[in-house]
Amino acid sequence: MDLTILSWGASGWGDEFFYATLITISVATCSFAFGIVLAAGAATMKLSNYRVLRMLANGYTTVVRGIPELLIIYLIFYGGNSILMSIAKDVFNYHQYIELPIFMMGVLCIGLSSGAYSTEVIRGAVLAVPIGTIEAAKAIGMNTSTRFRRILLPQVARFALPGLGNVWQLTLKETSLISVIGLAEIVRIAQIGAGSEKEPFTFFLAGLILFLILASLSDRGYISLERWANRGVRRA
Amino acid sequence: MDWDIVNEAIPAIFAALPVTIALVSVSLFFGFFLAVTVALCRLSPYAALNKPAYVFVYIFRSTPLLIQMFLIYYGSGQFRDELDAIGLWQFFKDPWFCAILSLTLNTGAYTSEIIRGGIQSVAIGLIEAGKACGMSTVQLFRRITFPLAMRQALPGYGNEVILMVKSTSLASTITIMDMTGVYKEIASDHFSPFEPIIVAGSFYLILNYIVTLAISRAEKKFAIHAH
Repeated sequence: MDLTILSWGASGWGDEFFYATLITISVATCSFAFGIVLAAGAATMKLSNYRVLRMLANGYTTVVRGIPELLIIYLIFYGGNSILMSIAKDVFNYHQYIELPIFMMGVLCIGLSSGAYSTEVIRGAVLAVPIGTIEAAKAIGMNTSTRFRRILLPQVARFALPGLGNVWQLTLKETSLISVIGLAEIVRIAQIGAGSEKEPFTFFLAGLILFLILASLSDRGYISLERWANRGVRRA
Repeated sequence: MDWDIVNEAIPAIFAALPVTIALVSVSLFFGFFLAVTVALCRLSPYAALNKPAYVFVYIFRSTPLLIQMFLIYYGSGQFRDELDAIGLWQFFKDPWFCAILSLTLNTGAYTSEIIRGGIQSVAIGLIEAGKACGMSTVQLFRRITFPLAMRQALPGYGNEVILMVKSTSLASTITIMDMTGVYKEIASDHFSPFEPIIVAGSFYLILNYIVTLAISRAEKKFAIHAH
């Protein structure tokens, strides 16, 4: 195993791997954030009194959690542009060719899947909020938005944190699947390097180690985040 | 909606269903034994056993399955001569062997944590009672700890089986024509991803629905009966 091919600069792959890691982190962060937005909506729908909304949200989480992410990625990769173009044609009367940037496609796919998992976490967190705190807020005359901001949101965030930490780890690993549509993240760069240097083991091992580093950094960040969120909470 | 493509996709993807089922069942079978072994190692007081088990679980749980699969399938090619010399290359050149090996190692790592949780949840009093009756360590494990741990682990294991059904789709990236591989072929042949995804997606959903039903049946069967 010749490790000089992993050095920084024109002859080595160190810098390529560094930028690939930044792309992996960006895809994971954007997908996670997009997923939280989807999840907040879907969790609200699941907890609503309207049957149709509940069914829609249940359909979303069941389908996305029941079929492989790879299928969703192929669907959006092969079909995303044609959906977009037909929407543009029908709604905006725009007839030119449109192509989604590959980064956005990746965020869309991974975000959809990440959101389905976050939905369950957020739904559980909302249900864990003691009803008495809401009643107390009502009793002292808080309106709905104040109540949401001061009472519901801080508690939901605290209860959802452990579950969302798991979803983050899952999302980070799922970004690897985007390599099949060619986004230059860690796995893709490892594939390209493996092909051109004829040392597949070295390159895939390097990719694996980068993911290990990202995971252990996330672990650490997450522990301090949880400590921060639980400040002022009495421990048993 | 082009019904011709749907009509072509249904038998083609159905024909690949046994491939997906084979990948899932073979790797779950071997993965389970690996998981029990790893869980026992992690709970052992000897550092020589629990440290390697911890490292194994940490590596396989915090890296993507895709890169594990690539590392085993493509990475083994770098050591072709060495593997050939000890007679292992015939296995590593086979995508089936590599897919099942990586799926087994992956599910082994995840399942070992589920089983470890189950073992740790067994009430200490039951184990003390077993010891008081004079059971040997093996008897204690076989009759008390293991069955109780399994019951506790069942719901978590059900989720793991569903994740495994989804994970087998990655085998299509190392040339195995499972349901996802056939889906991709049909979608790119016809430039039409929608019709075949309805077919492939339904098959995966049905498969996972059957898994869910089977697990909830098993949970009912092993549930504590209140008298």
